[in-house]
Amino acid sequence: MAPAAPPIVVVDAVTKRFGKGPQATIALDHVSAEIRPGQITGLVGPDGAGKTTLLRLIAGLLKPNEGKITVLGQDSVTAVTTVQHDIGYMPQRFGLYEDLTVAENLDLYADMHELDGTVRQERFASLLAFTALTPFVERLAGKLSGGMKQKLGLACALLSRPKLLLLDEPSAGVDPASRRELWRIVRTMAGEGVAVIWSTAYLDEAERCDSFLLFANGRLLASGSPTDFSRRVDGRTFLITVPPGHKHRVQRRAAADPAIADAIIQGERIRIVLNDGATLPDAAVLGGTGLPQPVRPRFEDAFVSLLHGRTAPRSSPAVPEESTSTAVTDGAAIEAHDLTRDFGAFRAVDNVTFTVAPGEVFGLLGPNGAGKSTTFRMLCGLLEPSAGSARVAGVDLGTARAAARERIGYMSQRFSLYGELSVRDNLDFFSGVYGLSSTRRRQRIDWALESFELGPVARQTSGSLPLGFKQRLALSCALLHEPRVLFLDEPTSGVDPLMRREFWARIGALAEQRVTVLVTSHFMDEAEYCDRLAIVYGGRMIAMGSPDDLKRRFVSDTLPDPTLEDAFVALIETQGTKAAP
Amino acid sequence: MRRTRLLGLLRKEFLQIIRDPSSIAIALVMPIVLLVLIGYGVSLDARGVTFGVVDESRSVESAGFFEAFATTPYFKPTDFVDSRQAEAALMRGDIMGFAVLRSNFSRELASPGHAVRIAIVVNGVDANNARIVSGYAQGAVAVWANGRRAERALVAPGAVTLENRYWFNPEIRSTNFIVPGLIALIMTMIGALLTALVVAREWERGTMEAMMVSPASMAEIIVGKLAAYFVLGMGSLAVSMGLAIFLFQVPFRGSPAALIGISAVFLVVALAMGLLISTVARNQFVAAQLAFLVTFMPALILSGLLFDIESTPVWVRAITFIFPARYYVSCLQTLFLAGTVHEILLPNVLILAVFAAVLLAAAIARTRRSLE
Repeated sequence: MAPAAPPIVVVDAVTKRFGKGPQATIALDHVSAEIRPGQITGLVGPDGAGKTTLLRLIAGLLKPNEGKITVLGQDSVTAVTTVQHDIGYMPQRFGLYEDLTVAENLDLYADMHELDGTVRQERFASLLAFTALTPFVERLAGKLSGGMKQKLGLACALLSRPKLLLLDEPSAGVDPASRRELWRIVRTMAGEGVAVIWSTAYLDEAERCDSFLLFANGRLLASGSPTDFSRRVDGRTFLITVPPGHKHRVQRRAAADPAIADAIIQGERIRIVLNDGATLPDAAVLGGTGLPQPVRPRFEDAFVSLLHGRTAPRSSPAVPEESTSTAVTDGAAIEAHDLTRDFGAFRAVDNVTFTVAPGEVFGLLGPNGAGKSTTFRMLCGLLEPSAGSARVAGVDLGTARAAARERIGYMSQRFSLYGELSVRDNLDFFSGVYGLSSTRRRQRIDWALESFELGPVARQTSGSLPLGFKQRLALSCALLHEPRVLFLDEPTSGVDPLMRREFWARIGALAEQRVTVLVTSHFMDEAEYCDRLAIVYGGRMIAMGSPDDLKRRFVSDTLPDPTLEDAFVALIETQGTKAAP
Repeated sequence: MRRTRLLGLLRKEFLQIIRDPSSIAIALVMPIVLLVLIGYGVSLDARGVTFGVVDESRSVESAGFFEAFATTPYFKPTDFVDSRQAEAALMRGDIMGFAVLRSNFSRELASPGHAVRIAIVVNGVDANNARIVSGYAQGAVAVWANGRRAERALVAPGAVTLENRYWFNPEIRSTNFIVPGLIALIMTMIGALLTALVVAREWERGTMEAMMVSPASMAEIIVGKLAAYFVLGMGSLAVSMGLAIFLFQVPFRGSPAALIGISAVFLVVALAMGLLISTVARNQFVAAQLAFLVTFMPALILSGLLFDIESTPVWVRAITFIFPARYYVSCLQTLFLAGTVHEILLPNVLILAVFAAVLLAAAIARTRRSLE
């Protein structure tokens, strides 16, 4: 890596607006950046930050309103055709034709680049070997697993030997093992001098990049080397040990402490980031035990500390003071016993058994297609199991589905709100659906507006609200009927870290009131908030335990401090190939 | 335009068409279903109409009258003795109408200079149908009266006989003009609906974006897409023509070359509309709805396929001019029933060609900008 290499992409004060006049949204606001060859540059930020817009501008799919972009010495607007010859672009969802086979997809891209005879065969052979797709050339792309699709998409983008490779959220929803393989492939490409731009909402991926551009709301917040960025909070990150069962309380206290910029639950401990120049508060005052242990800072620590400095610190969300806590059920809140579900010849869920205690936050962790959603739907009573049984809040789903549903709150990934209705109308509608009496309905709506701070936007249409408000509204709708069990489907994928913290603080408060929470996620960070996890892969549960438990199982000399992802990958490897789809 | 790229894109489109059962269904099964359903189901003819003859006179003459109804293919007469029975049958819907011959029927016939009165009652709920039935009934009566006059060689001097000639469609079969019109509907479906759907799918799945970043030009991508669906559309034209001529026995009097040429122009119009729709609606659901509203419905009701444009109010007629299907339906009906009449075909084709050019240009311009 030659640091003096001239940039391959120069983004110069680019502004991009969508729409016209006062309604225009600013997708990118005076962004300047440089991309160098032989490096992986991470475009990092939550959904709606402007990552895809920047990639499309560089690829010549969009024209900037102001400023200019130079790619390989050429203007991205006037020389768009020349520029596109040297670009490999993988859009979200990989840009594959699902009803064509692997070979046919490659052929199509080869035709587009006019590769002939021998060159074409050589490149096919090397890329197929490189991506380990050779045995699958005759398979339809739509029938590949998420990880294989991703590799095929990459192979198609690499066919022309591009000098610049643009990858739009290449790792979203694929399993950690495939994600690592993708990194290995892309790393090799960068080693050969290709400039790679990798957009991601996962902050841990930013750490693996050579340089990063961090976006929020269309603005470039920070850029440079991720190591340097993390170093900003050097000596300010600690782990506090907490007595069992107190993590939510300690986390809340820590988050409210003026000396602390960030406090999150990490397994059974609390991770804190101190404000610049602040002195470390006594762990005992916060409710922890022993001395806070200094830890190596992460990208996310620096990011949150940066955001914290810019936005006024939010008061931690009000804990809903409710009587729910007294309703203690005996035994388990959720019991799944040998749950199995077949779709035709395909077994989506295979003999899954677990129990969740009241007040526990339980996670189902696994890549897309692992069987999480199917398990989830069976537990909500949306899908009949092919075999096995499930009890939720003491009610058998096989015999008393309606009674079970009254005790369940459900929040889906897409929030299931009526975008055309106002916030209050949505609350009114959902309270009607749950059959609340008119007095209780009024009480609960007032409670929702107040404790979720939705009062000021009560009259706005929910579709026009920012993501964070939508998320709060969706959660409050799911809680109107005071359910004992709350189901959350990928609740915080793609949201910014502050919103994720706020969301989990609320969930923590609910758990303390003994509301049971079941979360599905493919997001390793989200899993850290859970008390216990089940890791699902290929329809089967391959491990279960607390996050710390799972990590501890894979401590080795080479990996003294494994992450959940390390644990996940190791688990999949020990499973061998039999679980692979 | 590069050959390798164009061929690659074409191959991709055909592979997708073959692998996607819904394209085949829309392109090949749909025309057959539409033609058979509407071709057989929507017949505007009166044929085998159930009709009552109330014969109160019970005479040889009245029997002859009944025969006159029985021998035309248009009526299936039933004999009633009492008009009340016939009324009841009409109420039940067993008969569409009835004629009443009073008890003095043969006496009146015999007395010269005396007008014979025959009452005809028709179910008028469906006004259009009622007019047709009453017209046919009058026709049957006229045939019977002429027959009697000829028998008795009593043609009054100077009496005027009316002889109707239905040009172009002498049998007045509505199938003959509905089926050609349906071909326009089918071409609209394939051109606009199918194209809008498949392009919207490419946007949904992100493949359009990937193609746009590849060295393939917008023109190549669009030509590849249009060419594939053009071939599919012409294929269904052939299927529809086969059905029209061999199954429905619709005469075809024009030149096949003119038909193919005009259909090709119309297909380009429909394809361009589909492409344009897909740039507005980037998901398949909205695309299907828009295509139905903007192309299919006007082609069905405002093209002269089912309802005669000339008999609609002026403002409705004004609206029909903005829908291309109208010009194509008019060409098709001319080609099938009248022949290659240049005076009708040429202006229509010219207008279609203008539509094709304008819509195609708009579609290409919009597709290029549609990520914005």
